[in-house]
Amino acid sequence: MDYLPNIIFAVILIAGIGYFARNIKKLIRNIKLGHDVDASDNKGQRWKNMARIALGQSKMVVRPIAGVLHIIVYVGFIIINIEVLEIIIDGLFGTHRIGLKVLSEPVYGFLIGSFEILALLVLVAVIVFWLRRNVINLKRFLSSEMKGWPKNDGNIILYFEVVLMCLFLVMNATDTTFQQMNTGNVISGFIAPWFGDNPDTLHLIERSAWWLHIIGILIFLNYLYFSKHLHILLAFPNTYYGKLTPKGQFNNLDAVTNEVKFMMDPNADPFAAPDEDDTTEEPPKFGASDVMDLNKIQLLNAYTCTECGRCTSECPANQTGKKLSPRKIMMDTRDRLAEVGKNIDANKGEFKADGKQLLGDYITKEELWACTTCNACVEACPVSIDPLSIIMEMRRYLVMEESSAPMELNNMMTNIENNGAPWPYNQQDRLNWANEN
Amino acid sequence: MSEQLKVPTMAEYMAEGKQPEILFWVGSAGSYDDRAKKITKAFVKLLNNANVDFAVLGAEESNTGDVAKRAGNEFLFQMQAMMNIEVLNAYEVKRIVTCDPHSFNCIKNEYPGLGGVYDVIHHTQYIKELIDLGRLSVKGDTYKGKRITFHDPCYLGRANNEFDAPRNVLQNTNATLVEMKKHKRTALCCGAGGAQMFKEPEKGDKDVNVLRTEQALETTPDIIATGCPYCNTMMTDGIKAKEKEDSITVLDVAELIANDQG
Repeated sequence: MDYLPNIIFAVILIAGIGYFARNIKKLIRNIKLGHDVDASDNKGQRWKNMARIALGQSKMVVRPIAGVLHIIVYVGFIIINIEVLEIIIDGLFGTHRIGLKVLSEPVYGFLIGSFEILALLVLVAVIVFWLRRNVINLKRFLSSEMKGWPKNDGNIILYFEVVLMCLFLVMNATDTTFQQMNTGNVISGFIAPWFGDNPDTLHLIERSAWWLHIIGILIFLNYLYFSKHLHILLAFPNTYYGKLTPKGQFNNLDAVTNEVKFMMDPNADPFAAPDEDDTTEEPPKFGASDVMDLNKIQLLNAYTCTECGRCTSECPANQTGKKLSPRKIMMDTRDRLAEVGKNIDANKGEFKADGKQLLGDYITKEELWACTTCNACVEACPVSIDPLSIIMEMRRYLVMEESSAPMELNNMMTNIENNGAPWPYNQQDRLNWANEN
Repeated sequence: MSEQLKVPTMAEYMAEGKQPEILFWVGSAGSYDDRAKKITKAFVKLLNNANVDFAVLGAEESNTGDVAKRAGNEFLFQMQAMMNIEVLNAYEVKRIVTCDPHSFNCIKNEYPGLGGVYDVIHHTQYIKELIDLGRLSVKGDTYKGKRITFHDPCYLGRANNEFDAPRNVLQNTNATLVEMKKHKRTALCCGAGGAQMFKEPEKGDKDVNVLRTEQALETTPDIIATGCPYCNTMMTDGIKAKEKEDSITVLDVAELIANDQG
């Protein structure tokens, strides 16, 4: 029976990690619903971007208050998780504070001391974050797309952090031998007196906090898949795959290039029958009307979005009261992708048409046509998400598959076709300006 | 601008068996829009003053297709691009300058994939180059002491990371350069990009150009400097909407330098 706690611990650990792994497999499957996109170039630059933007948080500090608070929580999260290593070893092998056996007392004390200071800083930062979301009412947290689940999600993450940090400090405070050591208890030493000095009670609280802490971490791990908090993992691949070409450069559609070359080829036979042997699937769709028409990086972008709203608050259309919100574009893409994923789960790995799509059911034309393609959203994103590329793919679908551009734009395009300018002027008059006074 | 401008075409150069230093891509706005034509002429005046051997395509130039692409019409864009590339390649054009950041971005970044590879620069970069080489001088007294705020065009700034050339050029006027709170990487769009120039805006509570103009007015400028014909139109309309056209003028960087020639 001595091994019962070890066994229980192992079962919980395997269940927690196993369920998470299962969901991550689903996430990868969903991302793979997107088109292939070649990002095998410039590996050096890509690693550098990941190190600078994700690891180094370089774009977070563009907004100093949120940026510094975020760095505290981020550093705290990574460093304090070293402690989880000790908890897992202790749990599996029935040891207690294995770190003390491996490391000298001062080194161990220094480590735990730093964790405690970070835990306190994280607590403070998280409380400020909560106030920003719920009391100060910052505009970017009040948009319509932030109502309901997204708002709750943001708060739940903060509550998780508070509980985990508190459990960590309580666990240390009620560990009598650790307190007697009197090194590393820089914060917990102050709260230890709150718990009295009954050794049995202290032991009970310590054990409870220890178990709840590790169980809490496993629950939090599994919460990620359902939450905007996925960014703590996906920010890394996402910044790696971030756009390297100038922001103004939009991709040229190869499928269109082939058709245009054919049209412009004087030797092409316009009445040629399609090749009988050509059994390739249906011709490619131009642009995107659903998540499967987007590419894998765009779908990764959607899962990475942490709904901070920096994109939306920089968007000229949004700032002037239009419906477009780049954050909503990303949230809609993720919601639709999750829906398609569930559909596939329910239909034994096969997507069954559900009469819905990203365009229209999630994202409206009005939003898409409000974009000025100014790249402010792309610039603002702290994790290299490109909402503009999704907007463009959907505009392409609207124009090339549905011919449903606003009338003025159709006029403009007809003019370009007919006389090489967006206005109805004669192309032969193009140089008239040189002779006008 | 009463003096006659020298505007040779590529066809004329070809007939003489010569190549110009640079091709001036005038763009649709620069060719047909009344306000933008003034910018075109101001820039040509600078090219003439600096004795630059340049040529235009004239009637052989067609719309870059940029605006069609941003509107989602990739077909029309590629048709336009391939036609233009055929002409440019036939003339063996190597270097292109343009006053329109949209043409600049499109030819520089999107034409190479379709077979059109050129060294493309924006006119503010070229003016800076001409000044640096000593080919163009600026008097520096027309705007001395005036407050100028430069509005970054999205497709020059954020899209292609060129923030300094227009500012460096403006420094030659001895004006006081004042920055809007939102400038360079975080500059607000004028509202014309992405084909918005050619349509009514969606329902909202304000027009983008009015918001941008308000940001410019916070710097209490005498002049709002632009580097894009569309920005120029939008900011001019914004100034009118704010009823400030008597005290504040909107001028392209090329016009400011052309007005400050000895």
